[in-house]
This record gives sequence, C-alpha cells and structure tokens, in this order.
Amino acid sequence: MLTRRDFLQVAAAAAAFTTPLGGMARAAALQKITQKELLEFDSIGQVTLLNFTDIHAHLMPVYFREPSVNIGVGEVNGLPPHLTGKDFLSHFGLKGGTLDSYMLTSEDFSSLAGEYGRVGGLAHMASLIRSIRAERPDNTLLVDCGDTWQGSYTSLQTRGEDMVTAMNALGVDVMVPHWEFTYGEERVKELIGKLKFPFLAGNVLDDEWQEPAFENTAFFERGGIKIAIVGQAFPYTPVANPRYMIPKWSFGIREEMVQAHVTKARAAGADLVVLASHDGFDVDRKLASRVEGIDVILTGHTHDAIPTAIKVKNTLLVASGSHGKFLARLDLDVKNKKVADFRFKLIPVLTDAITPDPEMTQVIKDLRAPYEAEMTKVLGRSDSLLYRRGNFNGTFDDLICQAIMEERDTQIALSPGFRWGASILPGQDIRVEDVYSQTSITYAKVYRQSMKGALLKDILEDVGDNLFNPDPYYQQGGDMVRVGGIGYTMNVAGAMGKRISDMTLLATGEPIDPGKEYVVGGWASVSPGTEGPEVYDLVSDHIERKKVVNMQPNRAVKVVNG
Amino acid sequence: MSDTVSNVAILDRRQVLTAAGAVAVAGFVMGPGFAFAKPEDAAARVKEATGGAAVKEGRITIQLPQIAENGNTVPVTVSVESPMSDADFVKVAHIFVDGNPTPDVASFHFSPMSGKADFSTRIRLAKTQNVIVVAQMSDGSFFTASQQIKVTIGGCGG
Repeated sequence: MLTRRDFLQVAAAAAAFTTPLGGMARAAALQKITQKELLEFDSIGQVTLLNFTDIHAHLMPVYFREPSVNIGVGEVNGLPPHLTGKDFLSHFGLKGGTLDSYMLTSEDFSSLAGEYGRVGGLAHMASLIRSIRAERPDNTLLVDCGDTWQGSYTSLQTRGEDMVTAMNALGVDVMVPHWEFTYGEERVKELIGKLKFPFLAGNVLDDEWQEPAFENTAFFERGGIKIAIVGQAFPYTPVANPRYMIPKWSFGIREEMVQAHVTKARAAGADLVVLASHDGFDVDRKLASRVEGIDVILTGHTHDAIPTAIKVKNTLLVASGSHGKFLARLDLDVKNKKVADFRFKLIPVLTDAITPDPEMTQVIKDLRAPYEAEMTKVLGRSDSLLYRRGNFNGTFDDLICQAIMEERDTQIALSPGFRWGASILPGQDIRVEDVYSQTSITYAKVYRQSMKGALLKDILEDVGDNLFNPDPYYQQGGDMVRVGGIGYTMNVAGAMGKRISDMTLLATGEPIDPGKEYVVGGWASVSPGTEGPEVYDLVSDHIERKKVVNMQPNRAVKVVNG
Repeated sequence: MSDTVSNVAILDRRQVLTAAGAVAVAGFVMGPGFAFAKPEDAAARVKEATGGAAVKEGRITIQLPQIAENGNTVPVTVSVESPMSDADFVKVAHIFVDGNPTPDVASFHFSPMSGKADFSTRIRLAKTQNVIVVAQMSDGSFFTASQQIKVTIGGCGG
C-alpha cells in the first residue's frame, strides 16, 4: 500500500510517468492542506528547474476551470493533454472530488472551487519559489515560458511594464515570448531593456536578411554543471496575432535552427540542454521526436497542466498549466551529460494554503494602486459559471458574443478562441478586471460588417484546420473561433476544408446561405485600421446594463469525430 | 527595402480586403477571384519537365514554413544532395506549385562549377497548396520532394 508520502512525492523512473501530482484525498483537503504539504519534495541531483507559463499577467489569485473538451487528432488522440474529466483522472490514477481533480479537470468545478478556493496569485507563487530557493540555493533555475506580459487590466494600461517589474522581483532567470509581441516592436525592445534576465527567441529572424533578431541560448552554472537554455518563441505569432505590429520579424518552428542551437550548446560544453518553448504541447511532442540532444522541454502556449513529465524518446516534456495555477518543479540528476534520474511535481498554487510573500505582495499592491478603484468596480453578477477554456464556445465567450450582437446589432458574432481568461463562479460579482481578464488585447476593436455565408464557412474551416490538422506543425493559434447567432457541426476527423456542416442561423433556424450577406460583429481582427468600440468597454457596458447574467452551455455547436 | 515590398507596395490579402471593403474583417479574407491551376496541371508540368521518366523521392531538402506569414512573399530554400563533380552533378531544379494561377515558379540551372546545388528565393502563393521541387541529375535521373504550405485566412490568437 502506498503511503501518503508516496503519493505526494513523485518518484523517478517509470513511475514518474504515471504518478499523480499530489494524490491528496478529499479528507485531507477538509483538514486543510498546508503550504508545507504543497512543497513536500525529496530533492535529487544538481538542478532544480522551476517553471511556469502562460500567466497572462494575472497578478492576483483567480478561479480557472480546465477544459472539458480538448480533442487530439491523429497520433495524439487520447494522449495527454488530450484527455479531460474522468478520462484524465483515470489516466493518471487520480480520484474525483480531490484537490487533483479540482486543479486538473473541470469535474464538479463550481462545488470544488467553493471547497478549495482560488488558485495562483504571484505573491503566493513567489512564496513557494522563495522556499525552494532557500532549500536549494545553488541549484535552482526559474524559467518563464511566456505569455506573461498580456492579459490583465494593469498589463494593458502599463503596456506590459507591470509584469516586467513583477518578473524582475520574482527573480526569473530566463523567458521566451508570444503575446509579448502584441505590444509592437518598439515597446518589446523597450521592455527587454528593462528585464534583468535574458529574453530568448531563437526562431525569430529579421525578415529582410533572415538574420537572428534575438538571442537564442543562455548558459547557467548550477550545482556544478553547465546548463544551456535554448529559447523558442510562439512560431506563428505573425499569423495568429497582428503582423503589422511586428513587420520586421519572421517566425516559424524552424526545427533545423533548434537543432543547430542545441548542437552548438553541447559543443560549448553544456551538461544539460533545456528548450524553453512556446510551441504548444503537440508541436513540442513532435519536435522532441525529431531534434536530438534536448534533455528537457518546458512547453507553454497550449495551457496544458500535466501532472507528470512526459517522456518522448530521450526528452522529458513538462507542461505547467496557466494563469499562475501551478509551479512545476523538476529535479534532475545529470551524469555524463545525460539525465540519470529525475523527480517531478506539478505544485498546485492553492492560494488559501499559502502565506503570500510580503515583498511580492507589496510589489503587486504598488502596481495595482493607480488602477485599483476603476478595475475593481462591480459591473454585475453571474448566476452561472463563466469560463472560456476548451476547444469550443465557453460560457464567457457566449456572453461576449451576446454582448456584441446586442450592443452592435448584428445577426452573428465571432469571438477568438483564446485559451486565457479566468473563470467566474455562480453567484460571483463580475468586476471590470474580470472582463479584462478575458479581453485585454492591444487590437480590441469590435468591427461590424457584412459577410457572405461562404466566407463564414471558410473562416470556420480555416480556424478548424489550425486546430485539428493531424500534423501539429500545421496547427497554429488558439482554440476554435467562438460563434454567436449561428450553430454548426464540426467533424474533427474531416479533411481540410471539409469539417464544417449544418451551419444554421439560430434566429430563424434556416441554413446559412453561401451567397447571402449577413451582418457580423467580432473582435481581435489582425488587420490594421479596424474600427469600432473596444471589446472590454462593450462587454462591460453590456454586463452593467444586464446586472445579472446567466449563460448555459452552448448547444448550437456540435462536434463529431469520424 | 523589403519592408516596403512586403507590406506596402504589394498589398497582401488582408490589406486588399481592408482597402476594398473599408472595414476589416477579423483577418479573414476572401481569395482573389481568378482561376487557379489544379493539382493535375502541376502534375502535367512535372511530366513535361521529366519527359515522363521515372522520378524518385529523396536527395532534395525543402525549407519552407508550414504556415505562411505573408502569402505574397514566402521564403523557400532548397538543397539537392550531390557531389557536384564532372561525373555527377545536378543539372537543373524546378519549383512547381499546384494552387497558383500557373504551376511554374522557377528553374535553377547548375554545372559542376556551381559547387553545390542550393538556392533560395521568395515565392507568391495565392492559397494553401503544395510546393514541388523536381531535380534532374547529370546521369538523366530525376528526384523530387514536395511540401504543403498553408496560406491561412484566419488568425485566432492562442
């Protein structure tokens, strides 16, 4: 029989691939989980890699519901992270109703949220990091896999600077970017100038001469060994986000360049090579099978929280979730330039169990002070769970689509399938900053225009292929575009351009006519010169007018597989 | 300056729409209204270039983005494995595409003096399609490689 300690401590070797993050039973939860338990870990080896990703500028604790739909296509069908709910729990040998279930799935989310409370908060994360550093002062390396500077009221107001201040205070050792680029070339350069640590993007080239635009590798000495961190930015930034903001930079997966950086790092004497990546999990799974010499990939972008390290050939993949909900800890014992042993734990940043770091608490307070009154203003209340994350429409997306259709008088609304945005529990107030958590981007105008039915289908097909192309190298961007006013059926297994059927205008129940024009509203256009109100203002006004919202899960989007 | 070329002088598909429609759609744009070549047309051109000889896979590496950032100017780099000696060299390498108005993109001629059979260029791609390279060796044999590239109309963050 496994002891409690066995559950908490994820062991090395084969077991490490299948052992849960904490196995803390409901009974234990009710006795109150302590910070000490969250941190419990038998350290090994020379190096402790600490990693978080996709915080999306959430300085404060949040609720965050993991997806109930996360479909994998082709070879990754049914493999992590493409498991949800009970399938996820059973794959990792976890039980429902536990902290694991609350942190990693959407099962009983609202009731478990009531029991376990909020997650994340940078002062709480800082407290965990401080403890681990105190225990392993010469061994710890803290890696930020990006999407850090964007996603909140304060980050938008300060154009990313609040997060640079916070990350400097946190003592990050190295970072890689994606949404960081949506502040535009000039601002990105300015902010890099304020960083106390390297900003790596080895797959970004100057578009004119195809020369490196950023540093690609940073070296560190820890525990007596030399560590190379190679950095990979989100490969499709100029496709998924406005290219006009960064016209001089060209991206791409650039596998051959990753290999070149890794080979060079090894030649320079690296004992351990880590890829800090914003590729997304499926892309990095493929990359790990094709690029030689990477010991560890710390992978971001797709927001997956996976409670074990996943081994692909000789590479360990770590996916540490989003919104500051987890701090991943990977201890590595390196012998003869190879990982001889490791231990891994995806540490839940369970807000109420952690004493916040006083220094970071003050930093956050100072950063928020100028905006506190405006952003904490209550707009209304939700009587239902509001969330976004998942392959298709979430209830917060439906609220945004409803707001667009009503406020801009359109038949149809389109809303981007971003993976970020905190959840709102039933009965919870919706404040200004909760709306910004879902909408704070630098290209937020809500357009209103006429679109033919055929184009609408092309859009759905195109975004669908970006999500469900069986080759992950051909996937880009976020989840499926959210729709309001229409329903459709998605055949995930269909060929490119042949996945969407039964498009229906919900108001009349009539099929969408390819030749007919419809009035469509939407936001996050990647085209320059888009006109309309800012989406966060529009949605805030809408909620203020409604006072109480109640969004039930969307049944107009149907998904089939095969 | 290539900046001007890629972003102003040649309107990209997004800008075509912006210019024409005054209001921008969420980066989603209709394809131009002219006729595209079909995959059969590209296959016919391959057949013409090879005189119907057998074509083997291999020896050719194509470096091409999986998804184009700007369909109007897509960087492509090709290298063909060859000793490039008097006895054994690459004579010519053709680039064809199967979704543009015409399948022909470019032909690059080599001699042993070339040293290596590597080349880079930028091509315009109207929509998602395959880029096909066919190389003829000095002994008359043919090799081919191809890669699909998506020219996407939709960007949806992440």
